[in-house]
Amino acid sequence: MIFVTVGTDLPFDRMVRVMDEWAGQNPQREVFAQIGEGGWQPQNIRFANFLQPLEFVEYFKSASVIISHAGMGTILSALHHRKPILVMPKRASLGEQRNEHQLATARHMMDMGCVNVAFDATELREWLDRLDNLKQPRPIGVSASESLVQKLRDFIFDHSV
Amino acid sequence: MPNKTPKVLAISSGGGHWVQLLRLRPAFAGCDVTYATVRDGYRTDVSENASFRLITDGNRWNKIKLIRSALGVMRLILSVKPDVIVTTGAAPGYFAVRIGKWFGARVVWLDSVANAGELSLSGKQAGSFVDLWLTQWPHLSRYGGPQFFGNVL
Repeated sequence: MIFVTVGTDLPFDRMVRVMDEWAGQNPQREVFAQIGEGGWQPQNIRFANFLQPLEFVEYFKSASVIISHAGMGTILSALHHRKPILVMPKRASLGEQRNEHQLATARHMMDMGCVNVAFDATELREWLDRLDNLKQPRPIGVSASESLVQKLRDFIFDHSV
Repeated sequence: MPNKTPKVLAISSGGGHWVQLLRLRPAFAGCDVTYATVRDGYRTDVSENASFRLITDGNRWNKIKLIRSALGVMRLILSVKPDVIVTTGAAPGYFAVRIGKWFGARVVWLDSVANAGELSLSGKQAGSFVDLWLTQWPHLSRYGGPQFFGNVL
């Protein structure tokens, strides 16, 4: 199953339309999409506006591939569950996000070997025809880096830090 | 009072901010910690030993929700009385560190790892008064600016 998620904020119709069109042409592939409140409703794939956290985890676990906006919640979940993830950055210039940070998130997370990126709908369509080529994400630990945890502990327990 | 168990308020909005906050959990071991966020469904993410409090989300584009969020965060701080506040953003976290300072808490802003190109707007604003100002990207740290000590990955 391919799990598509656009995050908890604004919808991402540009991505959902491509996924819907592709699912129509590839009926053998199972796709489920979380499309956000007020998002365009796809014709060929099952969808929900929002998912409760436990439902989200269930879909995540049973998915073979994650296709999503370049949101850190989804990216971290993909790394945690070791799922290959393809992200497409939401653009503030197209009203999909409140600021343009997802472009930088996508570029930097790609450089770190954490995600595959489709920068626009054309690239997304190209990726969909070769999903087997998606890179597996690098493994991550169960929590933040030790140096960050230690800095926070020093701060919490030692008032002089 | 060096032996007192520190009271920590860990607070954020939803989505990636919350996932990042949860990845800081080992930092709060041995603390009396309260988690606060914007969706009741996240309650199951928090262990039974920690408290969970719900707050209203807000953003700069909806002033009424923003004010409601700030008032909720104020009430939360008055009732929890934290020694330390840690946030990963966004708006409710900003209110928490701002208001928390008025009531004597020591406060930490950890800018979201999503902000890889530049610090968030609220992160930049928080920098002028927080006790510990952190970015998760080494290229964004600078002298007199946010510091880098690692990330949530």
